[in-house]
Amino acid sequence: MSAFADQLLVLVMLINLVMLGSSRLIFSIRAVAAQGVILGILPGLIHPFSGHLAAITAGIILAKGILIPYLISDAVRKAQIRREFEPFLGYVPTLLLGAVFTALSFAFAEKLPLAPEHKDLLFVPAAIATLLTGFLLLTTRRKAISQVIGYLVMENGIFIFGMLLTEAMPVMVEAGALLDLLVGIFVMGIVINHISREFSSLDTSRLRTLKEE
Amino acid sequence: MTDIIIHCSVALLMPPLLLGVINKTKAAFAGRVGAPYFQPYYDLFKLFRKGTVFSETTTWVFRAGPVITLAATLIAALLVPLGRHAAPLSFSGDMILFAYLFGLSRFFTTIAALDTGSSFEGMGAAREVTFSCLAEPTLFITLITLARMSKSLSLSTILTYPTPANWLAAGASMLLLVGALFITLLAENSRIPFDDPNTHLELTMIHEVMVLDHSGPAFGIILYGAALKLFVLGAVFVNVALPLTTGNPLADWGIFIAAMLGLAVTIGVVESVMARLRMVRIPQLLVGATILSAFAMLLVLR
Repeated sequence: MSAFADQLLVLVMLINLVMLGSSRLIFSIRAVAAQGVILGILPGLIHPFSGHLAAITAGIILAKGILIPYLISDAVRKAQIRREFEPFLGYVPTLLLGAVFTALSFAFAEKLPLAPEHKDLLFVPAAIATLLTGFLLLTTRRKAISQVIGYLVMENGIFIFGMLLTEAMPVMVEAGALLDLLVGIFVMGIVINHISREFSSLDTSRLRTLKEE
Repeated sequence: MTDIIIHCSVALLMPPLLLGVINKTKAAFAGRVGAPYFQPYYDLFKLFRKGTVFSETTTWVFRAGPVITLAATLIAALLVPLGRHAAPLSFSGDMILFAYLFGLSRFFTTIAALDTGSSFEGMGAAREVTFSCLAEPTLFITLITLARMSKSLSLSTILTYPTPANWLAAGASMLLLVGALFITLLAENSRIPFDDPNTHLELTMIHEVMVLDHSGPAFGIILYGAALKLFVLGAVFVNVALPLTTGNPLADWGIFIAAMLGLAVTIGVVESVMARLRMVRIPQLLVGATILSAFAMLLVLR
């Protein structure tokens, strides 16, 4: 089963690159939703079946695959924006940077002192690559919604890393992390609505004008 | 011996048929009857019977361009194994010759375009070299990845390496390679998401603009060379994407020809359902393809 899990992780890393290269927000949101669904399937492939596992899978797919993407796309619709204009760094440079980061995360994962049963799996490089992609999205994009998506991708990276420890991960911790994420998305949604009402655009770099002189 | 004869005759005779199939597919999508399958052959015969006009400002470079382009592509056709049979010409390291034969043919196409002194053709030449220098790494990285998998530097071994068993062993990276190769195939042959082969006299075109000044047999050679290039790169793609082999040589040839026709239909479908990309988006897609292949290499090297 772990071979199939590896293929899915390759897909996760490809989705990272797709998100770095696409300018349409709705497309990015769908991509992050697809990534969330894949992450929901993954634990079932590497751990034996249990009630705890089923709960995690259902929870992840529901939260990451349906609820959060729905909330973000709702915010996009309300704020009436379609694509990210003029990111701080262009799409091709970010795409190349993302590829370099992915390569580096493979090199880095080789160096880590991992447990022997995790050594040959793609989980650790995929986790680091996804984390770095999230960072990249957060730092290079200008629109608040793209930054929310970057934040989600980063959380996905952390989740992949945690997947190796699903057995040891109590339901409460997992639920708490998801709840945090959900609250974060809510807060971001409110902030986004306020920014768009105040400035009639979602450009976060304009927030600078709020600074008191 | 039989295989070499079949190889040469398929490589020489089949390319225009691919164009015919692509056009027929597009016609079917548009609800038209479309030109007959053999229309590209009729076009070629028509062009070869015509006279040529050479502009007085051009030099020998302009006349040499189409001939060298076709010659380089023909040699490349001899290097590629078709239908799981070893190629007539093969030595260790021929993958580099293969990639640079396309470089040579492209160099002469662009320099012949520049030789006319037309600013319009110069623009096309500049675009061609810009996009091809983004597409070339993909082809190279793909070949290197396959070379690493098959532990050989000869195209005949590299391209007959993908078998069902090897595909299953390295599924993810093979899929990535197929995706990257398909994008390169479309870009190198100026098919639709990158360039519209039907447009003439438009500011957006790439390949067609470079051959505007050629006429008669020279233009026929260019069209045939372009079809042959589609055939050669298509053969590379089919070898990687379709790892079927029966053991019976003739059946393998049948599978290969059917697969090439299937590929032509696929290209026709892609051309029918997609619009040409904006000029600024093209480098993005090409870089994306390079990253796909680099990713595949990363997975193989790991």
